[in-house]
Amino acid sequence: MTRSSDPAIRTRGLRKVFGGKVAVRNLTLDVARGEVFGFLGPNGAGKSTSVKMLLGLVFPTSGEAEILGRPAGDVKARSKVGFLPEHFRFYDWLTPAELLKLHGRLYGMSQRVLRERIPTLLYLVGLTPHRDKRLQEFSKGMLQRIGLAQALLNDPELIFLDEPTSGLDPFGRRMVRDIIKAQRDRGATVLLNSHLLGEVEITCDRVAFIKDGEVLETRTLEGEAKEQNTVLIRAGKVTDEMVKGLAQWTSSAQYEGGRLVFSLSSNATLPEVVRYLVSAGADIYEVAPQRLSLEERFLQVVGSDGGM
Amino acid sequence: MGVWIMAGVTFREAARKKMLWMALAAGCAFLILFGTGLNFQAKDFAKHGMSPIMRREISFTMLTMGLYAVDLLAVLMTILTSVDTLSGEIASGTIQAVATKPVPRWQVLMGKWLGFVAMLTTYIAIMVGGVNAITYLMARVTARHLLSGFLLMWMESVVLLSVTFAFATYFSTLTSGILALGLHGLAFIGGWIEQLGAITQTPRAVTVGVIASVIMPSEALWRRAAFEMQSPLANAMRVSPFSTLSVPSIAMVFYAGLYLTIALALAVRRFSQRDL
Repeated sequence: MTRSSDPAIRTRGLRKVFGGKVAVRNLTLDVARGEVFGFLGPNGAGKSTSVKMLLGLVFPTSGEAEILGRPAGDVKARSKVGFLPEHFRFYDWLTPAELLKLHGRLYGMSQRVLRERIPTLLYLVGLTPHRDKRLQEFSKGMLQRIGLAQALLNDPELIFLDEPTSGLDPFGRRMVRDIIKAQRDRGATVLLNSHLLGEVEITCDRVAFIKDGEVLETRTLEGEAKEQNTVLIRAGKVTDEMVKGLAQWTSSAQYEGGRLVFSLSSNATLPEVVRYLVSAGADIYEVAPQRLSLEERFLQVVGSDGGM
Repeated sequence: MGVWIMAGVTFREAARKKMLWMALAAGCAFLILFGTGLNFQAKDFAKHGMSPIMRREISFTMLTMGLYAVDLLAVLMTILTSVDTLSGEIASGTIQAVATKPVPRWQVLMGKWLGFVAMLTTYIAIMVGGVNAITYLMARVTARHLLSGFLLMWMESVVLLSVTFAFATYFSTLTSGILALGLHGLAFIGGWIEQLGAITQTPRAVTVGVIASVIMPSEALWRRAAFEMQSPLANAMRVSPFSTLSVPSIAMVFYAGLYLTIALALAVRRFSQRDL
């Protein structure tokens, strides 16, 4: 049995070499239960190979990997796992309902449970109107949707989504975000592989920047939001005295072209600063705490060459 | 459980992708052609007042010829339909959605294998049954040991299936197909060298044929099947062009059984250990 105290994912020095090429160098990672964890990296960083090692599709050259407290690839652990591959493909002569039934049976689910579950899932991914079509008539986005449905079939404790929004229109992307949120709300752990930073920023609790199969940095995104320590204020009638007077909160204040920029150790002091400026006679048009976007951070950490 | 689910879906795939139906349609065309030829022959026999023994022997030869054609069709059907199921799904990534389900990989492979065995059994049974039914209707002749002949032809197909599966766990679809067909071609040529060696009493040529059967026992199973099915007179006189001047022994049949088991075990082992 898997225990809820076990981490969802735990790897130590995971390495994979294909021929002479190192795909994953040294992956050490802990993902707690209930987290939505983003795996961010440029193309060829080893994200998909890492996920495949965790799922037992690819065998590591060295290192350890556990999911839900069991060795990666363990058959019992897989019964609590859902997986959407990067390019979901399946027998194209099946209808979506037949596909889900087959996968449900492979999960060992009963006919009775599947009879209820399949229509619900088809509705969730927006495929109810296409339920009688064969997969060969499906677009890439529709295949991605049915792939997502099969990944959720068994109410998994751990869900691997490898580039889940590829091929999806904006509605589909929104659907994926909502589904990830719903999974988090019911306590599932989600590992999201993506190179779309905005998507990760919106959905994930924590991210790992990965390059050349190594975790360069792990960040909590909530913490990221709190680090809004650069402030831009659009203001008029700001005098040199006023700027000097800001020294009690910050040493970096600069005023130029109607823009006052400074950094603060904590955003909690921002209202005081604004009150001071107003009482000193400045006209305030906009107060905008500046946030280092995930993209900027990603480029800083991974390198602007994208690891190529 | 996983084995049966995979076997079911594999069999259904053969039917839904129209593989099985197309093969059966082509098989029916073959049977119609065969029956028409036999019908004309039977009418001419009656016209010329041929002796019953001669008539029976010629009908037996027609039967063996028909079964020989079925055997060739079964060989091609076996390799062509099964060669893509593993390597193709590995290459396209289709296998990933199955291999991450709580089903051990050996069950996935054995399920697929059983699905193909079921399909090929259906095909061979219909074709062998059809040829025998037609010769019975037209000339009152059926294979001497129909069941053992059928089982040997079936075994030939299963040997080829297992070898194709083993190749497909190592190589791409095209390479696996070429290897499996090439190996059967080697056995086929080996079989003829053995036959001719027996006619010309060249023991070394017979040895070459036996070695070919050791490398791939598929053709030897057909020659044993022909020996079981054709007329006792043809076997005794050793005049039929389709068989049995040098009859593969029962030991060769056991060897073929061992061969297919090893091929299947290799396929399972490789599929369980390889990256998907």
